[in-house]
Amino acid sequence: MASTPQRLVVVGNGMAAGRVLDELFARAPDRYAVTLFGAEPRVNYDRIMLSPVLAGEKSFESIIIHDDDWYAQHRVSLRKGETVVAIDRAAKTVRTDAGAVEPYDVLLIATGSKPILIPVPGAQLPGVVTFRDLDDVNAMLAAAERGGHAVVIGGGLLGLEAAAGLAAKGMDTTVVHLMPTLMERQLDPNAAYLLQKAIEKRGIDILTGANTLAITGDTWVESVRLEDGRALPADLVVMAVGIRPHAALAKEAGLEVKRGIVVDDFMRTGDPSIFAVGECVEHRGTCYGLVAPLYEMARTLAATLAGETVPGYAGSALSTKLKVTGVDLFSAGDFSERDDSDEIVLRDPARGVYKRVVLRDNRIVGAVLYGDTADGSWYFDLLKKGADVGALRDTLIFGQAYQGGGVLDPTAAVAALPDDAEICGCNGVCKGAIVKAITANGLTSLDDVRARTKASASCGQCTVKVEALLVATLGEGYVGAGRKPMCKCTDLTHAEVRARILDKQLKSMPAVMQELGWKTSCGCASCRPALNYYLLCAWPGEYRDDAQSRFINERVHANIQKDGTFSVVPRMWGGLTTPNELRAIADVADRFKIPTVKVTGGQRIDLLGVRKEDLPAVWAQLNAAGLVSGHAYAKGLRTVKTCVGSEWCRFGTQDSTGLGVKLERFLCGSWTPAKVKLAVSGCPRNCAEATVKDIGIVCVESGYDIHIAGAAGLHVRATDLLGHVATEEEAIEHVAAVMQLYREQAAYLERVWKWVERAGLETVRAAIMDDHEGRKALLRRFEISQRAVQKDPWAERAAGRELREFTPLAVLSPARKAIPAEVAE
Amino acid sequence: MNMERQEFWFDVGPLDVIPPRGARTVRTPRREIAIFRTASDEVFALENRCPHKGGPLSEGIVHGRKVACPLHNWVINLEDGEATGEDKGCARRFPVKLENGRIYLDMSVAAAP
Repeated sequence: MASTPQRLVVVGNGMAAGRVLDELFARAPDRYAVTLFGAEPRVNYDRIMLSPVLAGEKSFESIIIHDDDWYAQHRVSLRKGETVVAIDRAAKTVRTDAGAVEPYDVLLIATGSKPILIPVPGAQLPGVVTFRDLDDVNAMLAAAERGGHAVVIGGGLLGLEAAAGLAAKGMDTTVVHLMPTLMERQLDPNAAYLLQKAIEKRGIDILTGANTLAITGDTWVESVRLEDGRALPADLVVMAVGIRPHAALAKEAGLEVKRGIVVDDFMRTGDPSIFAVGECVEHRGTCYGLVAPLYEMARTLAATLAGETVPGYAGSALSTKLKVTGVDLFSAGDFSERDDSDEIVLRDPARGVYKRVVLRDNRIVGAVLYGDTADGSWYFDLLKKGADVGALRDTLIFGQAYQGGGVLDPTAAVAALPDDAEICGCNGVCKGAIVKAITANGLTSLDDVRARTKASASCGQCTVKVEALLVATLGEGYVGAGRKPMCKCTDLTHAEVRARILDKQLKSMPAVMQELGWKTSCGCASCRPALNYYLLCAWPGEYRDDAQSRFINERVHANIQKDGTFSVVPRMWGGLTTPNELRAIADVADRFKIPTVKVTGGQRIDLLGVRKEDLPAVWAQLNAAGLVSGHAYAKGLRTVKTCVGSEWCRFGTQDSTGLGVKLERFLCGSWTPAKVKLAVSGCPRNCAEATVKDIGIVCVESGYDIHIAGAAGLHVRATDLLGHVATEEEAIEHVAAVMQLYREQAAYLERVWKWVERAGLETVRAAIMDDHEGRKALLRRFEISQRAVQKDPWAERAAGRELREFTPLAVLSPARKAIPAEVAE
Repeated sequence: MNMERQEFWFDVGPLDVIPPRGARTVRTPRREIAIFRTASDEVFALENRCPHKGGPLSEGIVHGRKVACPLHNWVINLEDGEATGEDKGCARRFPVKLENGRIYLDMSVAAAP
């Protein structure tokens, strides 16, 4: 038979008390009859999630820890909104503001802390709030509703979260911080600088080293006056300068109180019937204001109350994460600079990543991570354990994934991880879950794992780890799909990057590199041109072309030659020219002393040996005669070669020249994964050599045969017949649709024939010849992208665009040389 | 004769006329010098000739503290002018500095043989 339960009275219904009860009921559900007094008129909720509530990212309901049912289920008598005002230790009772007296056998004080109000004039004005409970959040939300200026005093964790929330709600927000850098207790100046930049980017003003002198206003706050004389307009002032333990009740009851209620390692006060826990206590001289230590205290206390013998609470090391969406920040321990400390730093400025681990005697004593906090808990774990990290030192900063094996062997590294190690940070998937999914469901590919667990399905940074898990789990059974990463800057393939650009709406190169975790600060000469193309193709008219990510030829619209001069090729539509055009070309060649003039394989004229600084003038003169850029330098449409066709040729079946001209005019200017060459032959004799082109049309009596995927370079390949159409109009539509499909599907630098071989001719044929709606959609997308590009780049540059590209920064002539020469004597 | 080299810092222009991750050239009677600007606004100066076949490095794609030569894609380290990877060769480096948004080239070196 169970003994009569003891009466446990809990004062305060915050996170500490809630956790104690959770832990207690798990251990000894019937040992106590619990009465719980909470000053707030509501159930227990997750106070650290108030920031997302303020920012409108979470509702109050979603942060409730214990709802009414929970209290009923555990037979807890919850007295919401009733504040305990006195403890009678002799009688073992508490008295409340409602006049009720409640007897206890065991009393738990969990009164938490109070926000500090800085003692300046005006601090009591309406419109000045703190940031502690839901009432404060509601007051801020009401103020935000009215709009105007908010001033947040305090640039610590709470202040910044409040500021981010208010700014998100549309208030004009300023943070006033006394110290020179933000969150100076948790961050070093480098991380604080990155943080300040990120916060300012949200339109929040930050004033550091700013001392608040007074808050002014008659019936409502109007402004905040600073020591330096500035007055900041304010419709709302949030004081978030810190907290102090709320220990008045215990003090009046005669318990020992220093900064907080003094407790031993088992959360006992000097009175054996009274315990205290949470932010209101002082343990071994320390008061805590973060949630992790409260939980550790709660565990010890609950075990003690349950009658278990456990080791006492020994204090906590602290770690912090800032809950501002989009700001990734972790800090733990001590990172003040001391003579005996040693540090390892990793920076990636373009990604806004900063990592610093502080060591003392080969043990981690502090860690600050900004921008990439995936390894925060690992460092924190090593710090708490006081582990000797001497052996890991060289790779420590790269994080947990690089430990336990050679740096270059991801399989061994991943195999060495514990099951609860987080692999995918985006979706919170740990190693155990992935391995289980692989074995339980017989998964064999990366895509399987992505579909089943979501791991590696978001940013893709963990792709290598997931693949390594596949290898480790399946051994020889895993055959990679021949995945080839784009370049050394990423583990994602071309196709994966393109898919993510669309999915995640990434519209700039920094966005791609940041969101997809590029390993280099600004990419490399291989991935940047590819990304530039992918973005251009995905967001026509919206993405701003990045000239610095283009190969020189595409930047200056001419072809660089072995001596650093350039060649210039004007368009000759379908290979047609006129006496006037030829005269203009001859004049340009004369005037600029162009050494070589040659007919190209694509039926046009190449002017070779043009000096870079002459390019704008050469173009201007060619433009004047109606000649435009032939894009002979471009990953784009080059030429449309034609034969004379039915207009002259006795064998011609259709007007191949006319179709070639129309195609060239329609397709020119478009950027493609690699160069695209077309040809139109007027009859199957095929004088225009259409069957070795990327896209070739062979005219026949009944219409037009469309061929694709030919090549006549390093690799020679005859085209495949894609299909037959009856009219010229259809021919143009089908060719444009092929262009667009190629633009959307091929990897950068992948020629049409390689793409067709990879995608499969049947797939391409189905998309172009059979899916009429799909083809029309492709055509529309092609037309949209053409609107953005069909301008003559030569005319733009001759008119002065990017003129700097063509002139030296400085020319130091012999006259000027006199000066340095003198000095050199 | 003073054995110690005397520096002569010559103002060749403002930083902002070079695009980030780009380059411009400075022509001197003896040689053409490429001035590179990285994404993080560092400047480097190398002779505008790739150690491979003399390609104009100023026309290459600048990435990190490296530039890829436009002719054959040799990747040259901007800090010391050395070719990276398997390639061997070195573009001559010149002292350059950035002060108050302007670029200074040490002409005592740049104009010397």
